[in-house]
Amino acid sequence: MRKPIAITGCGAVSPAGWGVAAMMSALDSDVKIPPSSLARRVGEKLIHTPVLRVPEADATTPKFARLRRTSPISKFAAAAAAEALGHDRLTKIAAGNLSVGVIFTLTNGCVNYSNRFFGEALADPMLASPILFPETVFNAPSSHLSALIGSTAPNDTLIGDSAGFFSGLDLAVEWLERGEVDGCLVIAAEEIDWLSAEGLRFYSQNYLPAEGAAAVYLEAANGPVNLLRLPDPVSLSANSRDQAALKIRAQLAPVNDGLTLLVDGRVGIPRYDAPETIAWADWTGPRWSPRMVLGEGMGVAAGLQVVAAVTALTCSRFQRAVVTAVGGNQQAAGLSLTTKPSL
Amino acid sequence: MAYFPDRPLPSQPLPVVVTGAGIISPLGRDWAGNVAGFRAGRTAFSPISLFDVSRQRVGTAGQADITDSAPDAGISRKSWSRMDRGTRLAWLAAREALADAMLAGGEIPMIVGTSAAAMPIGEDYFQHALATTKNRGSQLRRVELYQAQRQLTSMARELSISGPLRIVSNACASGANAIGQAFHLVRSGRAERVLAGGYDALCQMVFSGFDALQALTPSGLPRPFDAARDGLALGEGAGFVVVEAAAAAKARGARVIAKILGYGATTDIHHLTQPHPLGDAALASMQAACAMAGLVPEQIDYLNSHGTGTLLNDLAEGHAIQRWAGDAVGKIKVSSTKSAIGHLLGGAGAVESVICLIALKNQFLPASLNVRETDTVCTFDLVRTPREADVQRVLTNSFGFGGANATLIFGQEGFT
Repeated sequence: MRKPIAITGCGAVSPAGWGVAAMMSALDSDVKIPPSSLARRVGEKLIHTPVLRVPEADATTPKFARLRRTSPISKFAAAAAAEALGHDRLTKIAAGNLSVGVIFTLTNGCVNYSNRFFGEALADPMLASPILFPETVFNAPSSHLSALIGSTAPNDTLIGDSAGFFSGLDLAVEWLERGEVDGCLVIAAEEIDWLSAEGLRFYSQNYLPAEGAAAVYLEAANGPVNLLRLPDPVSLSANSRDQAALKIRAQLAPVNDGLTLLVDGRVGIPRYDAPETIAWADWTGPRWSPRMVLGEGMGVAAGLQVVAAVTALTCSRFQRAVVTAVGGNQQAAGLSLTTKPSL
Repeated sequence: MAYFPDRPLPSQPLPVVVTGAGIISPLGRDWAGNVAGFRAGRTAFSPISLFDVSRQRVGTAGQADITDSAPDAGISRKSWSRMDRGTRLAWLAAREALADAMLAGGEIPMIVGTSAAAMPIGEDYFQHALATTKNRGSQLRRVELYQAQRQLTSMARELSISGPLRIVSNACASGANAIGQAFHLVRSGRAERVLAGGYDALCQMVFSGFDALQALTPSGLPRPFDAARDGLALGEGAGFVVVEAAAAAKARGARVIAKILGYGATTDIHHLTQPHPLGDAALASMQAACAMAGLVPEQIDYLNSHGTGTLLNDLAEGHAIQRWAGDAVGKIKVSSTKSAIGHLLGGAGAVESVICLIALKNQFLPASLNVRETDTVCTFDLVRTPREADVQRVLTNSFGFGGANATLIFGQEGFT
């Protein structure tokens, strides 16, 4: 038997607000969050892109010197990480009594500063800001997180599509099983910028680009919510999205008894949702589709799905949950969770 | 890789070997070309022709020799045309590694490190978006092809690899971390074999970034560990290895290039872009790798340093090597191959791993070139010209922006 793996902390920053409670409230109410608009001018033309942004009010970003100059992605991630870890764990880490690894998953990364820096470099490379450039590197946000919590334990950043969060969980399980860390924080975050927002809408004008952060804290122990299955992601190198969705469902082997919660990755655009719609067409149990409420958060979307599922189990609303996502150009992936301890 | 509580893993770590290696660098398009270049002690820096550097402080780098046209075999013209320059480099090195391992793909995981990924395509997207709202189809194509996971999934398809893909982006340690993660997957019995490596191509944004930081050497010739060093030179390339369980390699009669003996990974939280001045995390990374390998420093025959040629990196790494080796520091043979090919960023750790394999197989030490007066931190044996040597165990360091530190140790097949 393998070591049991528990998820014992969650954090979220989403267009619904700062914190898991705000997100769950939005999912429960099923009320559409009003989009805002990004505007920019190209020649005579004004381009408006509707987006779901994280509200500025009630921000819970921890105060930390290295976060002063960062773009929103690092601030979102820090807030979600602090919520997932909680005060007691943060104190233990600071005292050197808890070794916590950090795994950061993303699709776009620090696109705000990439936009600004490259614009400056094109205008006049001699005047391009040396302060901006380091923040454009994919692992800048995860570096800030390790510094924030004061952890020198391993830190990895993984790039992937909107199912990439599961690869981060997979790596966390490895670290925990070989005892490399006491606990592992897996975080996904994204920030809105016209570059990525307009890019997403080239796929479909019905996409509503979103931003935020999701964090889960894992330990090698039994907890209120335990990992039941985390299959290998199914690569799209040898499978269509339809095939991959079916394979990942087969690997997850959820009990279709009407009692297991399914948290899927559908976003409300039939063409892109089709693989999951087909693969789970016979599902009789409760089914949530957080992206339909929170928008297309790309790299953060599956993280928020996992946070929603864990929170639903923690509150004893369900005894089992299965979470899936079929990414756009890398993989289909998923996991199943239970409130029962592993033997 | 998967987690199913009722499917146990081996109780003891499994021996891990490298059965295939591929490399493309500014010194050559394959293993043989790089052996020749490093043995001869050549440098490979030239004026940049890939993008406009007329307004930059520096105008040279290590450019790899690849053409825009598809190679004669192994990939279709259409697939090649959709690959960004970095993925082309990766594909060339990965193909060489698989062929070297006598593998034709399969359901094996692929772990790849990169930092800039397909940035040149992102740069095109950005400039078109600023100029016009037309050509939506072309812009969609750029958005899609900019994404690293899209590029590498296509590369996997071209290599007939159907296993999971993991993309590590830990800045300049990415390639070493990718190989280290592959090592752990095989060592723990999660995978029988893994294709792992790293790549990065030169691109305008990253070049401008290092220029803005004034981290590039104005002379265009980096001098790692020279007392008067004045910065790094960028380069491009890719390195890939097939990491395999020793038993699986033996069962299929594969040639073993080397054993992987140890891997250490730590995080330096001193500063986003500056290492701890005494190299605390670098020291911890080397110590962890040695502990796993069961080696003491004097048993390392060659240390391929991170050795960027910047003032702060070389000083911190030098201190770390001194602290790690203790009284044996004078016996430790060190060089930085970035002096020959430049800093390959996300590809550096993987390419330098393959350079270590070259040293093991060919029994010579590549050099730290261009050094005129060694820094006082070099109490170790800085290898300033290529040197024939008995090489049984090699160690390579990679340190990145953001504090990712990684160390890998390889050994000759017969070593236990």
